Amino acid sequence: MAQIFPKWANGAPKRILIGAIVFLNAAVFGVWYFFSPEFTDVGYAPEQPVPFSHKVHVGQLGMDCQYCHTQVAESKHANIPATQTCMNCHSQIRTDAETLEPVRQSWETGEPIEWVRVHMLPDYAYFNHAAHVNVGVGCESCHGRIDRMEVVYQAEPLSMGWCLDCHREPEKHVRPVSEVTTMGYVADNQLELGLELVAKHNINAPTYCQGCHY
Amino acid sequence: LTPITRLFALSLVALTLMSCRGQTSEKPPVHPNLNMDFQDRFNAQEENSFFADGRAMRTPVEGTVARGNLRQESEIFEGLDENGEFVDYIPVDVTRDFLERGRNSYEIYCTVCHGGTGDGRGIVMTGNYGYVPAPTFHSERLRGLPDGEIYSAIANGVRNMPSYASQIKVEDRWAIVTYVRALQRSQYVPEEQMQQFDVDLAELRSEFTEEQ
Repeated sequence: MAQIFPKWANGAPKRILIGAIVFLNAAVFGVWYFFSPEFTDVGYAPEQPVPFSHKVHVGQLGMDCQYCHTQVAESKHANIPATQTCMNCHSQIRTDAETLEPVRQSWETGEPIEWVRVHMLPDYAYFNHAAHVNVGVGCESCHGRIDRMEVVYQAEPLSMGWCLDCHREPEKHVRPVSEVTTMGYVADNQLELGLELVAKHNINAPTYCQGCHY
Repeated sequence: LTPITRLFALSLVALTLMSCRGQTSEKPPVHPNLNMDFQDRFNAQEENSFFADGRAMRTPVEGTVARGNLRQESEIFEGLDENGEFVDYIPVDVTRDFLERGRNSYEIYCTVCHGGTGDGRGIVMTGNYGYVPAPTFHSERLRGLPDGEIYSAIANGVRNMPSYASQIKVEDRWAIVTYVRALQRSQYVPEEQMQQFDVDLAELRSEFTEEQ
């Protein structure tokens, strides 16, 4: 009587077992690593209609963040400046620059400049800028070193886990309110200072659903 | 391919893939489930293709007044008294906090051109960018300006300086006026007054000449 299984089938169970282990590990690692917002979201740097350089305006000219993003300490929404803000200076500075053509066009016609938004939170997550800025969460903590960015890219994942890391331990990140717009701020005794500030501003960062999701 | 080279090639591919993390890319983030990411409503500064200019935020009709926004007191909102003259006082309570607020706002909006001490030597002026020079606040003419006129300069602009009405709120404008006044005072203290505060003027002068 002929054999049902050929001889090589003797080694098959071992191979299947090892293959399954390798495959599962690769799958788990792959999803954990490549499907996380740190991979899918961080580094998004779309091309903008005007090649606006934060590096020049903040890093070189030393402008304060709030010169343009005026509402950040009062509103939930940190505004993109209107064309008028650009024209404060560019009505006289570099008036013939080709890259600024869309700005002048917008000023003449009243049509807005179509900036591309980089930091996109889903609409079901409520985020309030003022609530963070007024208790001493620095711009840098969430947006990275904007003063060194020629083109703005997303520096942090903005995922829920990342939000909660800070909401659970705000003392690791808060700074004095006067230093919120300072780029490259480092405290020598962050934990000590952080705990002090958390107590001072009565920081009670929500970790419950209604805090952000209503 | 020997098993060793195959293993080597595989780990090389894995390493290359891993190094992509955090690299900048022009492609929008991959979000597998977009159900409620962009909802059928408009947030501030979003696009609305219904209107010709594509803006979701509409401009209010001219002449309308929002509740709580009447702005009737001309001395506060325009810096003018009932005769249409500039007021020569600050029509809000001037406190230490208010002055600090003025310093804060001044350093955000004004320093770039007018300089930290108000001498008109901000970075936009000293950097040779071709902007019409800003006057120093420490001249006889500007020391004698009524407070309301400084307020009006912020709110309506003067000559080459644009209006900052859209960027600076009314209260902050008065805070800035307060701080500008303090700056002017700081650069214009008579000698006797300095001596009252036990300041050694000779020493200050020698320090100043050394720095020059």
